[in-house]
Amino acid sequence: MAINWFKYSSPTTFYGLAGKLIPWFAISAAILFSIGLYIGFFVAPMDAQQGEFYRIMFIHVPASILSMFLYLIMAGYAALGLIFNTRLSAMMASAIAPTGALFAFISLWTGALWGKPMWGAWWLWDARMTSELILLFLYLGFIALHASIDDPRRADRAAALLAIVGSVNVPIIYFSVQWWNTLHQGSTIKFSGTTMHVAMQQALFIMLAACWLYSIAVALTRVRSIILERERNTAWISELPEVRA
Amino acid sequence: MKRSSMLDLLVLVIRRDLVLAMRRRADVLTTLIFFVMVVSLFPLGVGPEIAMLRKMAAGVLWVAALLSSMLSLGRLFSADYLDGTLEQMMLAPQSLSLLVLGKMAAHWMVSGLPLVLLAPVLGLQFDMSAQALGVLIVGLLLGTPILSMIGAIGAALTLGLRGGGVLLSLLVLPLYIPMLIFGTGAVEAISSGLSIASHLSLLGALLVLALVFTPWVTAQALRISME
Repeated sequence: MAINWFKYSSPTTFYGLAGKLIPWFAISAAILFSIGLYIGFFVAPMDAQQGEFYRIMFIHVPASILSMFLYLIMAGYAALGLIFNTRLSAMMASAIAPTGALFAFISLWTGALWGKPMWGAWWLWDARMTSELILLFLYLGFIALHASIDDPRRADRAAALLAIVGSVNVPIIYFSVQWWNTLHQGSTIKFSGTTMHVAMQQALFIMLAACWLYSIAVALTRVRSIILERERNTAWISELPEVRA
Repeated sequence: MKRSSMLDLLVLVIRRDLVLAMRRRADVLTTLIFFVMVVSLFPLGVGPEIAMLRKMAAGVLWVAALLSSMLSLGRLFSADYLDGTLEQMMLAPQSLSLLVLGKMAAHWMVSGLPLVLLAPVLGLQFDMSAQALGVLIVGLLLGTPILSMIGAIGAALTLGLRGGGVLLSLLVLPLYIPMLIFGTGAVEAISSGLSIASHLSLLGALLVLALVFTPWVTAQALRISME
């Protein structure tokens, strides 16, 4: 039997699939968030150097990781949309952007909250903080460009090109800022083993998974709204039970 | 296409844009005056201590260069877009990337090169040493063309949009950061007796990268904006 790989690349079919998937992602995200936060705040031991303050990393680290990954995924979808001219890819890209920007903002905010007791300052012009800030600007640029073009097709394509240019620039910006100033502590989790307590690791990974699931659930919800908005004049939308009611 | 005809085309586009710029000299001068004014505002803002001014000179000049280069980007395609020339350029059998490269070069000659020439005079206001000034000029020479090229992408994407100017700055300024870092880094290095080779090599590498990719990307952006 030939599998139709492209069945769900059309908004019509994907709308239904996304609707079925969202509860699963949302519920598992909620469960993992509560487990992760419980382990992070109650089970994991106090850090020898940073005391209780380190616990903010259970939010800070997943948010930072996701803010970067989501940009790449967004740019990937944008590139797909630009190359193959698929409508859904572009919709996914614009559905992911606000979540990415949110995570970048959370990462900066929690970083500042951690920085005040640890470094004695809300903000230091350290390399990673600065590149995270620039990443937030890139997200905002994408959203702003998309919002200021009225024709959705042109908006998709222009924003896609910007996302691709941005993703080529992200490593250049990252390394240039890295050489400019480095103060942030290095990564504790490396591929060659870690120096972290097991409970801390567990909490961190659970929180990371929870953030991933949350992002997927939110992106799917948003893409459903975008589909509804863009296709509002089509026949299949008017036959949807929730539209009829 | 033969090589000579490609070069002819490039020269033709550059000459045309330069002639147009000369006919509207006020526009060119406004950008330059903006550059001088921004640079002169900084000492008024932070105080006249010469040691501090010397330390921040390169950064101030570079930031002012970024801003004034960005300010003139709106003119890069908009006049041609409004009078239909751009449409004819896209219909032309010649490569659009090449035409765009010509426009970028002309933009740099009009808005980048004068800044480079003015920079040493302004640098003297900040009491920069001759050595540091030399490095600043080399850095600006390598860096300002990149600003014109990356800016052209943003200008093409925001073509004909309402509020295009502010949007353009939001899109383009984050992408300008590496040039700012390496350009000021080179001056910083020479002032503290370190080697400037790495900073300038990186700027050169970025220039080559931008030369290869940005004309094509800008051409794509123009096609998206014009369709």
